[in-house]
Amino acid sequence: MSARVQTAPFDLAAELAGFGAGAGAIVTFTGVVRDDTGNMAALEIEHYPGMTERALSDYGSEAAIRFALSDWRIIHRHGRLAVGEPIMMVATAARHRQAAFQAADYLMDWLKSRAPFWKREIGHDGAVRWVDAKTSDEDALSRW
Amino acid sequence: MTLDVLYFAWLRERIGQPRERIETDAATVRDLIAELAARDDWHAAAFADLAAVRCAVDQQLADLDAPLAGAREVAFFPPMTGG
Repeated sequence: MSARVQTAPFDLAAELAGFGAGAGAIVTFTGVVRDDTGNMAALEIEHYPGMTERALSDYGSEAAIRFALSDWRIIHRHGRLAVGEPIMMVATAARHRQAAFQAADYLMDWLKSRAPFWKREIGHDGAVRWVDAKTSDEDALSRW
Repeated sequence: MTLDVLYFAWLRERIGQPRERIETDAATVRDLIAELAARDDWHAAAFADLAAVRCAVDQQLADLDAPLAGAREVAFFPPMTGG
């Protein structure tokens, strides 16, 4: 049960070694930097040092209670990431798959609109643009 | 009281610095914003549209009417876009 914020890449296989031992179901989600504009060279991710890890831990603990998770892990990267690079991962372990899937989905919705990260697109031409929050991300939270 | 005020993403860019230490008697976040916005054009521009501003008081998400009594750090930022 842990949350980390880091610049370094993560190794999914290494992260899952020993994760959720004894659980009946493990779900993992990996977010990858994608180019929506056709002109994107990289994504720059800013966060709020001091607050971010604690916020992630709080969401993880909340999900653990709500979905009776036996284990969970959240890793989110910051800094400059190229298109195609993994940006974050969520792993959840529970007795049954439905709880593991739901918990991962729930954590993603919270991360999108409540975790203190901001994304900035860097274009091949040098153009820089902050990514706007989507109202659909905010709406997704109301499901829970 | 002495407050550390932090800015992130485009609020940081508009204001031109990531943090500042200020003396204030603001009772709520909204009062603090009014005080900051009156300082200069950069602060005014950053706080021009409050619907696009989120905040945290002592590293906990808070709404704009949150009280500031006893607070040490207030952060302002746009809606989050993680994940």
